[in-house]
Amino acid sequence: MKTLSRVYTCLIILLLYAPILVMIALSFNGTGSISQMDNISLKWYKELFSNSKVGEALRNTLILAVTSSLIATVLGTAAAVGISRMHKAWRSPVLTVTNIPMMNPDIVTAVSMLMFFVFVSSVLGTASRSFYTVLIAHVTFNLPYVVLSVMPKIRQMDKNLPEAARDLGCTPLQSFFLVELPAILPGVLSGMLMAFTLSLDDFIITQFTKGEGFYTLPTYIYAMTKKRVTPDVYALSSLIFVVILILMLASNIIQARMEAKNDPLAQKKKSRQNRKKVMQKEEGRA
Amino acid sequence: MTKNKSPLLRSIAAAPHLLWCVLFILAPMAFVAYYAFTDKDGAFTLDNINSVFSSAYLKILERSVLFALAATVICLLIAYPLAMAITKMKSRNQSTAIMLLMLPMWINLLIRTYSLKLLLESNGIINSLITRLGGEPIRFLDSEFSIILGMVYNFLPYMVLPIYSVLVKIDKRLIEAAQDLGCNSLKVLWKVTLPLSISGVISGITMVFVPSISTFFISKSLSDGRIKLIGDIIEYQIGMHNVAAYNIGAALSFVLMALIVVSLIITNKFGDEDGGVLV
Repeated sequence: MKTLSRVYTCLIILLLYAPILVMIALSFNGTGSISQMDNISLKWYKELFSNSKVGEALRNTLILAVTSSLIATVLGTAAAVGISRMHKAWRSPVLTVTNIPMMNPDIVTAVSMLMFFVFVSSVLGTASRSFYTVLIAHVTFNLPYVVLSVMPKIRQMDKNLPEAARDLGCTPLQSFFLVELPAILPGVLSGMLMAFTLSLDDFIITQFTKGEGFYTLPTYIYAMTKKRVTPDVYALSSLIFVVILILMLASNIIQARMEAKNDPLAQKKKSRQNRKKVMQKEEGRA
Repeated sequence: MTKNKSPLLRSIAAAPHLLWCVLFILAPMAFVAYYAFTDKDGAFTLDNINSVFSSAYLKILERSVLFALAATVICLLIAYPLAMAITKMKSRNQSTAIMLLMLPMWINLLIRTYSLKLLLESNGIINSLITRLGGEPIRFLDSEFSIILGMVYNFLPYMVLPIYSVLVKIDKRLIEAAQDLGCNSLKVLWKVTLPLSISGVISGITMVFVPSISTFFISKSLSDGRIKLIGDIIEYQIGMHNVAAYNIGAALSFVLMALIVVSLIITNKFGDEDGGVLV
């Protein structure tokens, strides 16, 4: 039974990765055939790097991810602080509205944002789609993730801490930045990271709210797959996969280390082990 | 003293967020309704909604629901045993398996779908293997099969993770108690494990069904645009960027949203005994 379940798990994981691994292999295929590896070359990677549009799309993606995740983190953290102090009757409707972009399918969020921008632009007489419309859309779908990751940290925080700070003469702002923020910082950071990756990854909402010549990496890949596909798409996708793999591994290792450091249980275990060692040593000496 | 201040003043930090929500969440939703129920001159009409339920679109709606249901059921059938298998591993192997399952979720859906397409292509690797073994090449793409496979392939991790996270928390003593009282392993699964994990199953169903029913890239890519789902029509209409098409696109989105809300309510009804998961 145990071997059966292990084989099953390995099989599913293998199937999940097979297409991606095949694509990575094909990105090194000089002839561009999709069934036979003929001569291994970096041709498609060279072609990719000589394409200035890819660089521009990468730059747009990063600018968008950084700005939208920063704005969402500031707005969302302040919101979480405010919401946690709200009267109970208000809290749940506010959270429901906050979560709408998370619950709605992306395409509905995208359509709704576009409808709004079209209407506003027809009133103001401006362009209905631009960098700023994409930015607003990204902040909007990032917000619930920041709020959701900060709220539990505020709930866990010792409520006496900010009160003590105020008693000792802190202004509300001082109390927030010196006492509350350090206590909820892990939640703020993980919310920001989440927002950043979601923004990097988004395709549908960007596609609907962006203007004509503006491309992020996902929308650029979409434009590439619409035309006759050349293997530089595989090269680009493989590069993105490897970058994500490295980022994921790094964040997992960092997280594991931080947890080991902060986890009181692990520390207790460690100190108990240390004590045991000391005792054994002393026993040995006696 | 924060406690002496009025609640309004205490929650002032949420004000910018509330303003943002009203402007960029509630107002846009209202505009979907507005465009869905008006014509190109802005006069009230039910024509857009009616045309969504005309025979051509109705068929596509039906297909979208069926495909999404099929993908959800297949995901559940694969994911539940998988999640159970993972919980039986050593804890170090468990976290490795979960990480391996989560990693593809961080790869863009476009890339995943596209790489699947490469594999299934008529002159792709699978078919070249088949012909080398002496068989006839199979046309995988452009079929219902390929689209449902695409959905299952893309969204399977979303089903495994919530089920796994509920399964690991189940008290092992309950299962041992059931065994001691004479349940065989099937009966343990049916009477103990399954009821206790229903909340994970429901959030898994939601997380697979919603993106499946609203997708357009999967169907577009794996059938070269020949088999259309509701998402394809919305994307097409919105992509035309003229007001009449916006009206149809908004009406379709409105109907899609209604469909999802109804199906979520139905799923949550099933989970009610266990407290359920709220929409």
